[in-house]
Amino acid sequence: MAEWILSQFPDSILGYVIIGALPLLFILPYALVTIYLEMKMAAHMQDRVAYMRTGWHGTLQPFADILKLLQKEDIIPTAADKFLFILAPYLVFIGTYATFAVLPFSSQYAGSELYLGIYYVIAVSSITVVGILMSGWASNNKWSLFGALRAAAQIVSYEIPTALALISVVMVAGTMNLQVLSQQQSGGIFDWYIFGGPFPIVKKLLLIPIMFVLFLIQLTASMAEVNRTPFDIPEAESELVQGYNTEYSGMKFAIFYLAEYANLFVVSAITVVVFFGGWASPFGNYLNSGGWELFWFVLKGMFFVSINIWLRWTLPRLRVDQLMYVSWKVLTPFALVCMILVGLIVVSF
Amino acid sequence: MLNLYDYIFYFFAIVILGSSFVVVFSRNIVHSAFALLFTFFGVAGFYVLLSADFLAITQLLVYVGGILVLLLFGVMLTNNIVNVEIKSGTMQTLPASLIAALIAGLLCGIFYVSNWYLVPTTPELLNNTTAVAIGYAFITTWILPFEVASVVLLVAMIGAVIIARREKAPEVE
Repeated sequence: MAEWILSQFPDSILGYVIIGALPLLFILPYALVTIYLEMKMAAHMQDRVAYMRTGWHGTLQPFADILKLLQKEDIIPTAADKFLFILAPYLVFIGTYATFAVLPFSSQYAGSELYLGIYYVIAVSSITVVGILMSGWASNNKWSLFGALRAAAQIVSYEIPTALALISVVMVAGTMNLQVLSQQQSGGIFDWYIFGGPFPIVKKLLLIPIMFVLFLIQLTASMAEVNRTPFDIPEAESELVQGYNTEYSGMKFAIFYLAEYANLFVVSAITVVVFFGGWASPFGNYLNSGGWELFWFVLKGMFFVSINIWLRWTLPRLRVDQLMYVSWKVLTPFALVCMILVGLIVVSF
Repeated sequence: MLNLYDYIFYFFAIVILGSSFVVVFSRNIVHSAFALLFTFFGVAGFYVLLSADFLAITQLLVYVGGILVLLLFGVMLTNNIVNVEIKSGTMQTLPASLIAALIAGLLCGIFYVSNWYLVPTTPELLNNTTAVAIGYAFITTWILPFEVASVVLLVAMIGAVIIARREKAPEVE
């Protein structure tokens, strides 16, 4: 698909711009659906019905919300650092959007088939941290600054178990390319790395328990990286009003939310590609061509997005010390042990 | 005739130079720290242009994700961040400019004297990763420096933990 788009615009940067803008076609509708999904799931878990008046079962409510946000006055506090205040939401979104470059929506998709895909995702998401720190400081508000520092500390801590868990799978797979990772798992549900990957039976059986532990580590740590409950101390509304985006209104606030939801899909998609076969169909070659690949990828991604929403509305918030305890004393040692075990298995089989 | 590659090169060059000027001359220490982000980003862009993919991503991971975040933490945790006074007056002008000119001359001299080896850019070379070659080089030819560096880092880490914990030691006794 990339070659086709580029051939339409020879000798021009326009082709690259169009390829770069393709993920927006996914993110914008996805954000609308997920806002609706989140509100409805939250409501039904708490025995409410959520919005019912705009359209059938409130389906038009996300559009109404967007229209409202577009019309809102864009307030910049007088004491804020104006330039950094305006720049910060875009920086947060850029850090998230850049990771979409390597997500393999299907085997034909125009994104980059970067050899260092996973490494790139881990590295680029650190731009988001800088954006959050920038927004917190530029707001010139104690709550914002506290929220930003908490967010940065949390994301930096939880990057380590995530990276260790992903490295372990990379050691098994022998590649960091997300597209190749998906291809390796395209032989049906039992070739997915959560079930030990496409290997002989003994190696598979040895890998399965380790992969389950690694999957749980990755799921927990990725939830912390998107700052959602139970790891939402950066936005803890009972302590910090709204954390680092307290002072933002109108479209800037909307961009923060767009970035958060896009980031939610990115971490889910990474989990899907690394452990659950990416765009590969669970039935091997059946329903595994063209548009079906896109269907499976989005379906699996949305499944993990809904798990995140489900946990958000189930679990209470952790305290700061508990949060650091989980990362440094539970997830990181377990991930290290798993990595050593994976190394032994890879070397001996 | 400028092609796409040249435009991208000059874009990154302007980003690096412009942001480094802000880093050096800004009166607000937080602005300097944030401008550093764009400098690091521009250098990563240069690495990409030179098809050094591993180096580019490592630049982002280590400098933006590690050093810059640490720096920002340090700056923000200091008291009075909003109206901190930075002394940006000039003093010792003569020795400073002499040393600066000397270093600039040294760098230019090395640049002209060096026998630059131009690698022919074939599509295979551009599309292949450098990570594999770097990995092999680390565990074969350069195994000793690599291990020494990792031991030094480990020692530094343990040292940092011990220094950070020292205050609590008397309470236990």
